[in-house]
Parts: sequence; structure tokens; C-alpha cells
Amino acid sequence: MADNIIRIEKVTKQFAGGAKAVDDAHFNVERGEFFSLLGPSGCGKTTLLRMIAGFEFPSEGEIYIDNQASSLIPAYQRPTNMVFQSYAIFPHLNVFDNIAYGLRKSGLSGGELKRRVNEALGMIKLDGFGARRGDQLSGGQRQRVALARALVKRPKVLLLDEPLGALDKKLREEMQIELRQLQKSVGITFVFVTHDQEEALSMSDRIAVMVKGKVLQIAPPQELYEAPGNVEVASFIGSINLIDVTVKSVGAGEAVLDGAGFGQLRARAIDDLKAGEKLVAAVRPEKLALVSSRPGSGSFVEGTVKASAYLGDRSHYHVFVKGRTTPIYVAAQNAERAMTGGFDTAKSVYVTWDWQSLILLRR
Amino acid sequence: MSAKPAHAPARMGDPGSGLKLFAIAYLIFIYGPVLFLPLFSFNDSIFVAFPLTSFTTKWYEQAFADEKMIGALISSLQVGGIVAVTSTILGMFGAKAVTRYQIPGQGLITATIMLPLFIPEIILGISLLILINSVGISLSLITVTIGHIMLCTPFAMAVLSSRLHGFDRSLEEASMDLGETPWMTFWRVTFPLAAPGIVSSLLLTFIVSFDEFLLSFFLAGQEPTLPVYIWSQLRFPNKLPSVLALGALILIASCVLVVVAEWVRQLGTSEQKVGV
Amino acid sequence: MIFWDFFGLCMANGGNSHTGGVGCGRCQFLSRWRLARNRVVVRARKHLSVSSDHGGASPGFFDRLRAFYLRSDAAKGYVLLSPVMLTMIALLAAPLILLVLYSFWTQVGLKVDTNWTGDRYRELIEKQAYVDIFWRSIQMSGLVTLVTVGLAYPMAYFVAFGVKKNKFIWLILLTIPFWTSYLLRAFSWKIILGYNGVINSGLISLGAIQEPLSFLLYNQTAVVITLAHAYAAFAILPIYVSLEKIDRTLLEAAADLGDGAWARFWRVTFPLSLPGVIGAAVLIFVPTTGDYVTPALVGGPTGQMIANLIQIQFLKIGDWPLGSALAISAMAGVAILVMLFATALQLAVRRIR
Repeated sequence: MADNIIRIEKVTKQFAGGAKAVDDAHFNVERGEFFSLLGPSGCGKTTLLRMIAGFEFPSEGEIYIDNQASSLIPAYQRPTNMVFQSYAIFPHLNVFDNIAYGLRKSGLSGGELKRRVNEALGMIKLDGFGARRGDQLSGGQRQRVALARALVKRPKVLLLDEPLGALDKKLREEMQIELRQLQKSVGITFVFVTHDQEEALSMSDRIAVMVKGKVLQIAPPQELYEAPGNVEVASFIGSINLIDVTVKSVGAGEAVLDGAGFGQLRARAIDDLKAGEKLVAAVRPEKLALVSSRPGSGSFVEGTVKASAYLGDRSHYHVFVKGRTTPIYVAAQNAERAMTGGFDTAKSVYVTWDWQSLILLRR
Repeated sequence: MSAKPAHAPARMGDPGSGLKLFAIAYLIFIYGPVLFLPLFSFNDSIFVAFPLTSFTTKWYEQAFADEKMIGALISSLQVGGIVAVTSTILGMFGAKAVTRYQIPGQGLITATIMLPLFIPEIILGISLLILINSVGISLSLITVTIGHIMLCTPFAMAVLSSRLHGFDRSLEEASMDLGETPWMTFWRVTFPLAAPGIVSSLLLTFIVSFDEFLLSFFLAGQEPTLPVYIWSQLRFPNKLPSVLALGALILIASCVLVVVAEWVRQLGTSEQKVGV
Repeated sequence: MIFWDFFGLCMANGGNSHTGGVGCGRCQFLSRWRLARNRVVVRARKHLSVSSDHGGASPGFFDRLRAFYLRSDAAKGYVLLSPVMLTMIALLAAPLILLVLYSFWTQVGLKVDTNWTGDRYRELIEKQAYVDIFWRSIQMSGLVTLVTVGLAYPMAYFVAFGVKKNKFIWLILLTIPFWTSYLLRAFSWKIILGYNGVINSGLISLGAIQEPLSFLLYNQTAVVITLAHAYAAFAILPIYVSLEKIDRTLLEAAADLGDGAWARFWRVTFPLSLPGVIGAAVLIFVPTTGDYVTPALVGGPTGQMIANLIQIQFLKIGDWPLGSALAISAMAGVAILVMLFATALQLAVRRIR
């Protein structure tokens, strides 16, 4: 059995007079893991994080932190620390006293306190900033101070509530890498809440996707992207084309399907597939390619380019296929330098793909 | 109504200079009449009338030689002090509740608490008088204090609520997250951050209590507060100059306290803007 | 000050705060002690939950209560709000209920007969003098409200739109009278309007008149002037706040759509400032209708208002039930008028397009 630092057991949170913010969440976070809660705003991910921190208390279920039933233990008695979305840097204290806040509570003082705080300042590369006030810091610096203030307490779990949301794009990308390195070096479990899927994909060991209070899938980034567990996850993470299909026959590891507008399709079989079953076949835009002449073999479908957008490294096309109401979305890599070309609007084209890129999903 | 936006304004809605004259006239209207109190308090005549005769401070001496006045002043200071502290504490509870928690029926509750600001004081006075009579307590400075607490708590709560609204709830959460109990979180985070609001609330509730007349008029027993004492002196024309002297002092003291209270409050908020 | 956040905490591990310096030895001791105790509590709780399965109901109760408290935001809020609420129930709600009860009772000598009767109200309606005073009060404070709001609006407009630097100083200047002694501000008018007062003596010493003007003091006009002055500051703040809130780009949009300055004011600014105007009007009309000090000081026999009548019943005649009935009917009447007024004004403004 894996070493689980957090066990969320059937946790539900219902606010007075509201819908369930978190609905029957049930999963574990392993010790030392970088775990992300990913979902759109209002999906309950922050509520879940706040329940782990001890600011909200589950209506049902139990949260175990380091094997201790914690759902009714208040925040100040939990071995977790949090980096707040707003950073919550105490405006009446300077950087040193902000970082020392929790240590003073633990009874540290004098040289030891100084040593620990300075060590933390070094860790976040803000040596010598101790005397500054919170309002004299940039957004990135405030974020670092919040991080140091939490980490200096050596928590068993560090909780991060959209800590990079307020930073501009470039700084955010830098901090993603730094945070990831920091997590590896301190070896503390991180639970990271974000609505930014690229952020979650690039940083996490595992990601839990939450939509409308429910945890839909928990998987490592690559699995989440390449093998989403259901339609909702598939459409939340990246973009995807969905094709309604009916199973015609099931062979060895392979299924033959009938798709609206696509005719006969091949895909890798999934468990318990039966002929006649209605499913959704999904394919990522970047797994598709456009060619102007009819391919001799393989999977393809004929269509008309409705719209295109040139994005530099790649081009996006909306291809209309007969028998479908929504266009097929194709992201083609611009691997070769070409000042002209591409596929003009209204041009008849063929969309091709490797049959193994089709993902079968149940509704 | 002469709210007249000028032609070709520098900024939308800019009023013309005519309105500035109006504003100055308005300030004179507000402050002018009150200035006669200090003016005549230095006039060496028993009559409050022009022409002014000569400068004197004897009315101040006379006012402070009055032992009953000193007694009433002390009563008012005591009542004001107790009321300021009590209603600020009560207001802090209320402000914390309404700013930090989602409470069903919050609008209605807040409206009820703020009700004393909208009910004529005479009604508050007589209904408290009935209550106190029904419970069987005799009228004293204690009953005055009770009445003033009811009147001042809404002010305290309003001042403190706006202060607590001004800073991020996650600051208190951060403190608890770092291991502090709610109690110590209050002292290490909430209190220092709310301090300007608390000072402001203490000063304002003190002024309201100190200047309050009608409730005290109904609820005071044998020991009057200062406004009640002044009221009783208005019947005696020969006491008028010393009442003027006293009134002038009270007005000036109140003004100073209000300015300090508002200044402290403003100071806090401007700091806050960059702080969080 | 005991903070009620502790309600939950106290049930878990008792009060454990002290205000000694942070990081002191006592703190360390306490935290270690607390840790040890928590372990005991956790163990005990495990034990209790097992034992409660066997029907031991009482130990589980506090755990459940604590769990409920922690889980419910509303519970925490209500607990925190309870000191204020209890104070207000005891000192505001209860007295007002008693006031209503009294209005249905009868004064018999020094005692009160608590048999229910509507006689007090009948007495009020039948006695023309009471009805007259009520209407007179309404008319006078209606006039005061009109004058005050009318004067305050341009002032608030000036501060909201015209003042760019030191707005704060203007706001303080306008709030000072709100907080300072109402009694003294009303009193200053008595010395101004008096028979030997500022105006008369001033005019005489200037030679403008020979005899003092006797019509200045002790009448309705004196009451209206004094009230309008005393309540001047009350009207400015609500109007100012509603004006200040108006998004300036709305005015730019109106200008962009072809409105001139006047049309912008009338079609955008004024309707949006209406909540402030209504607020100000209520804030003046309600207390002035029930004002005691001003009519008592400068009203004279013809300038008496409803509050003076109530005061006489309570402190002079000693007929508390009749005084209560007067108070209740006045409040009810004012409340109805205020609602009518607010609705009418809102409907009227809705016609501006």
C-alpha cells in the first residue's frame, strides 16, 4: 500500500441553502507528491483545499492527514500550511516578521528564529529583504514570502490556492519551474489548486479533475491527456473532437464503429464493449492532419475548410464534414517554413489520423 | 436646485464655480450660528445681545465654580467612557460576525441593529423608561448608561464593519494556518489591523454618549448628565452666559474628537490600500 | 474581550490563551502541554465514540454539538452576533413591545390597568387637538425635509464631482455637526432668534429697527429653521455616497449619445442618486417628526410637535398608556407616509428615460 499523507474519504460539503460544493470526494494523496486539483472556477476545488487546511469542515466524510482523522480539527492544530491566493501577507508586519509569524507561535526566538527565517529568505532568493514591508514588494516577491512563511513551519503538506494566478504570464512560467524544483528539493507534499490546465499538466505528479463538485478523474498528466476517463474530462483538458459512434463489431483489441458523417471507423477497444453500444469517439486536434488529395489507405474523412487561423508554430482549421453539425477542429504543426500555402477556406480537404489516436469514451 | 454642470467640463459632471460659492455659503450656514456660542461666552454682559461690550473669561470661571456642573461633567465622562468601551466591544462582535460569516437573515438582523438610528429618540426614551419601570429598577446613571449603549452600538458596529471589510479575511486565516489560535489571531492580526477603526469607534461612541440629551433626560435620576444639567439651567436667564461658556467648550472638544476620530479612520484606510 | 470563535475551541481543549510575550518559556510549556493533552483528547474521543455505540448517549452529545458548530458557518455567525443581538432585543425590541402593550392599557391613578382596550386610540382620534398637532408635525418636518434635501443635494454634488483635492477635509467639515451636540446647535438658534437675541439686538444697534421683532422666536418658522439647520449634515452624506458611486463613464456614454450637461444630470445622475435622496429624506423626516428639543426650545405654544405631547403625557401628566398610544400612532403614521413617499418618488423617476 502506498504511503498516503492525505486520505479524503467520501467527503461532501454542503453550504447552507446552496448546492453541494464538494460531492462525495474520495481519493488519496501520496507522501512527497505534487498533487493538483484542477477545475473551472466554482468547481469546489478551493473548498476541498480549505477543508484540508481546516477553514471549512466537511458536512459528511472524513479527512485523514498523516493517518489522523482531521475533519474536525481546526486549522491551527493541523500539520498543513497554506499559500493563499491573495498571499495574505500581514500588512502590519515586515517580511522578516511575516516569515517568523508561525515560528514565534511555536515558541522559537532569538538566534534560532533568526537562523530559520534567514534560511527561508535564502531559499526564496530574497536575502536582505527582511526589513521591507509587504507593500514594498512586487507580486512575485509577495508570492515568495507567502511560500517561505508556510514552508518555514515545515508542514507535512503544503496547500497552494492558485498561487500563480495573480502573476503575469512570463513570471508565472518561471515560478512554475521554481515551484516544481522547490517541491522536489524540500520533499514536502504539495496540494496545488489551479484552473490553468497547462500549469497543472506541467507541474504535477498527479492531477484530480473537478467539475461541479465532483472529482471526475485522478491521473498523471500524460494519462489524463491521452486517455481521459470520460467525456467531461476529455473536453475540459485541452480541446477535443467528439464523434457519436455505434459499435458494429469487436475484435481482438480493436473495435469497428459507425460514426455520424465518418462512415466506418477503427479504434482501440475498451473493456466490456458490446456490439450496438452507443459511445463517443474522441480525437485531439493535433492528432489530425490535413491533406489535399484522397489518401490511399488509413483513417480519413472528406471535408471542407470553414475557417482557419495562423498561429505561427501551428495553424488551426475548422473543417466541415457532411453529416455533422459541429466542425472538426484540426491543429496542424507548421513544421516547414512556408510563406504561402496552408489550406484556404472553402477548399475540399481530407482529414487523416492514425486509427490508434481515437479514444473511446462512455457518456 | 442648482446642481448645474458647467459647459465644456474638464471632467464629466464637473460643476461650475457657482456651485463652489453655494458650498461655501452652505458651510457658513452650518457653522455660523454655532459660532455665536463662543462669541458671546467672552462678552462681558448678562444679556446675549449686540453690541458686544468687553472681553471677559468670568463666565468660564463661573461655570467651573458650579459644583453641580462639575458633578454632571464627571457623570457624563463616566457614562461616556463605559458606553464607548462596551458598545465598541459589542460592535466588534457584531462586525466580525457580519463580515466573516454568511449568516441567513443577515440583512434583517443588521437592519434591526441599525434601527435606533431611524427611530425618534423620544420613542427610544419612553420605551426604555417603560422597560426600566416594569423591571423595577430606579433611575440612575446606570439606566442612562444602558440607554446609551443601545444608542451607540449601531454606530460602533457600522464603523468597525467597514474597517473589517477593508482587510482580507485570509489574513486571519493565514494566522490560524500558521498555528495561532483564534484568540491570539485576534490580538496578533485582527486587532492591530482594526486598530484605527477601534480608536475611531471609541471616540465616536464617546461623543455620541457625551452629547446625548433626550435619552438621558428620560432615564436620569437624581444625578444629571451634562446635557441634562445644561437643559435645566436654560430656564435661568442669569445662568445663560455660563451655559454659553460651557456649550462652547463642549462643542470645541467634540469637534476635536470627531476630527481625530475621522483622521485616524482615514489614516487606516489609506495605509490599507497599499497594505493588502 | 472573550471572542466567541472560542466557543468551538473551548469545547475541544479549554481556554488556553494568555497575553504573555510570544516565544516565552510559558508559551513553550503551554504548547507542549497542549500537545500532550490533545493526544489524550484524541484517545479519549476514540474511546468515547466506541462507548457511545453501546448506548452511552451523553458523551457523544458534545462531540456532535461541536461538529455541528464547526460545520455550520451560520452557527458561528450567530454565536458571534449573539451579544449584540441580545443587547438589542433587551434594550430595543423588548421596550418597543412594552410600548405597544402599554398603548392598549389604562392608567388608573399611579397604577396601570392591564385589561386590553382600544380606548387610548379612540381618545386620540376623537380629540381634535391631538390630530391637529400630528398633522402640524408632519407638515413642519415635511417642509424641513424638503428644504434640507434641496440644500444638501447641490452641496453633495459639489463634493462628489467638484472637489478634487482634499475631499477628505470637506467630508470631515460636513460630518462634524452630525456628531456634535444637537442640543447646543438647537440652542444657538434660541439666542439668535430671541427677543433680545442676536438678530434683534444686531438690527437695533445698526439702527434698522427700533423695537425688537417679536415674530422671530416661538413659532413654527423658528422650528423649521432650527431643524433644517440642525439636520443639514444628515442629508449630505447619503446623497454624497450615492453620487460618488456613479460610474463616471456613464456620463461620458450619455454625452457620447448626444446628451448635454443638463440632460446628463437629469437622465443619468439624478436617477442614479435617488437611493441617496430617499435615504436622506427618511433620515431627516423620521427623526424631525419626533423631535422634542427644538420645538421645546424655540417652538412656543404654536410650534409644539407630537414629541412634546408625548413628553407631557410621560413626565408631567403621567398617563403612560395615552403617551404610548400617541407614540405608536405617530410612528405608524410616519412609517406609512415614508413608504408612500419613497414609492411615489421611485415611480416618478421611472418615468425619466
